[in-house]
Amino acid sequence: MRRYFGRKFLIYALTFFVAVTINFMIPRLMPGDPVRSMVARAGMQTPEAAATMQEYYTRIFGLDVPIWQQYLNFWAALLRGDLGISIWLFPQPVTGVIMRAVPYTLALLIPAILLSWFAGNKFGAFAARRKWLDNTILPVGYVLTATPYMWLAILLAWALGIIAGIFPIAGGYSFSLAPTLSWTFVGSLLAHWFLPFVSLFLVFFGGWAIGMRNMIIYELEADYSHYLQALGAPQRLVRKYAFRNAALPQITGLALQLGVIVAGAVVTEIVFSYPGLGHLILKAIENQDFFLLQGAFLFIVIGVLLANFIIDIVYVLVDPRTRTGMGGGSA
Amino acid sequence: MTVPSVDQGVDTKVDRVPGARREALYFALRNKKLVGGLTVVLLFLVLAVVGPMLTAHGPREYVGPPMQPPSSEYWFGTTTFGQDVFAQFVYGLRATFRVGILGGGLTAIIGMFVGFTAGYRGGLVDETLNMITNVVLVLPVLAVLLIISAYLRVRSVEVQALIIGLFSWPWVARAIRAQTFSLRSRDFVDLARLSGVPTRRIIFGEIAPNMASYLFMVFILLFGGAVLFAATLDFIGLGPTEGISLGLMLNNSVKWSALQLGMSWWFIPPGIGITAIVGAFYIMNVGLDEVFNPKLREM
Repeated sequence: MRRYFGRKFLIYALTFFVAVTINFMIPRLMPGDPVRSMVARAGMQTPEAAATMQEYYTRIFGLDVPIWQQYLNFWAALLRGDLGISIWLFPQPVTGVIMRAVPYTLALLIPAILLSWFAGNKFGAFAARRKWLDNTILPVGYVLTATPYMWLAILLAWALGIIAGIFPIAGGYSFSLAPTLSWTFVGSLLAHWFLPFVSLFLVFFGGWAIGMRNMIIYELEADYSHYLQALGAPQRLVRKYAFRNAALPQITGLALQLGVIVAGAVVTEIVFSYPGLGHLILKAIENQDFFLLQGAFLFIVIGVLLANFIIDIVYVLVDPRTRTGMGGGSA
Repeated sequence: MTVPSVDQGVDTKVDRVPGARREALYFALRNKKLVGGLTVVLLFLVLAVVGPMLTAHGPREYVGPPMQPPSSEYWFGTTTFGQDVFAQFVYGLRATFRVGILGGGLTAIIGMFVGFTAGYRGGLVDETLNMITNVVLVLPVLAVLLIISAYLRVRSVEVQALIIGLFSWPWVARAIRAQTFSLRSRDFVDLARLSGVPTRRIIFGEIAPNMASYLFMVFILLFGGAVLFAATLDFIGLGPTEGISLGLMLNNSVKWSALQLGMSWWFIPPGIGITAIVGAFYIMNVGLDEVFNPKLREM
């Protein structure tokens, strides 16, 4: 078990290192000079002002020292939690801007992931090998997983927000309210939270339901299921065993899907102008705020790594084979 | 969300019975999921090929009165700027197929290369490749795509496909590695090795054909994945700088408040296009699974 965690930890450390290196290298490898384009965008009137600004940005980026030193400085700043100054929200530090957005994203993602995982798996297991359900509801599941997140979000916003007018479709809470701890404010938060949550939940749900359905079908064809059936075990018991075995790949699947799930949250937030990380990313791109974009990238990587680690722990708790060191844990 | 259904119990039985291919075809033509999915995909493919010939103007041209609902002249209506939504849609379909084939294909090639090499060679090569695979596997693809695309001045469908391919191969590599592992010690592979067949020929002549059906299904899933990734990137505003795509249409419609203005003809077609194509591919995949794996056929 120590070996299992040691290995995982090494992988995560390496991944973090690679991510930071990508973050460092991309701006420096890309064609064009980011400093010059930023100066050009500012539209300075006199050449002296432009020169001063160029110098200022060169110093901020730390471009005036050799590349290896830039790299070390980059790490040093990172470990201090300094991700630079946002250009869009000048002069706020990027770390602070992101920290304010993260709770919104988490509030959407965590319930959507957990609930859809449980509901989808239960439902998929229930539908498997039941002719009627299998033939009617599974196509729906496939259409749901194939739906681009933003399109489902757009449709929901349009149908329930604009036409029916039940839910608000923009912002994290009503613009007329100031954040206080009152019932109206919490109610407004919930009303704004609901549609993005449902939209994410539905797409995730389709994926889990289908995955589980396929898994259960394989398990029901496994030797142990046939053996149990031959012994005359009730169908419910056989399905229970199959479910436990089928749930393991679904946990691994959750780890594998994290990247896609985050992508879904990003675009859903954009549709609903929900003030989380996705919204920040859009603003960063629109305003060419590369510090903010790079900060958001690092936060996503760290979040995904943490989530992977939690899933590893859950896997050990659920699968006894990893605990006794008998292999298993392929996650 | 892709469905890793093919990860499990793919049957690696070695059957070279002459009738095997005909049997697969027999079941393929009778599989409703496969035939239905294929029909939808072909329908959109034909639309993508023929569509641009049916319309006189380019996707970004300002051709008519703005904000027109669908009419006999503008089949899908026009945008806020008087662009023809139908023209955008059919050109966007082309971009969708291109990015799916290029991105999915590249991912499959890299994944196969890494998977075969790691699985067949084993030892240190395997350890190293496995480490790289695991690292790229936990890197969130979209975040990496974001950061690279944001710095690119000129973006095209091809560049998009390239970066999608470079970062989404790990799960393919892992699945193929596992299967290669189980095939590597079979008698016929040993025999080929003893007779001095070069490694590359063993991999492509002896091992790969036994997973042909699996590889094909993997490509289908990757196609869908690449299309969805590209649409996501386009929607965030990192789409192709020239031309049009379905994701870009969605991006524009939201950016110019098609929602609030009730211009449903602008944002519904691109979404239907993506969903139908990707969904049809997924359903085809299930159908293929049933064709190749007799255990799954419905009784």
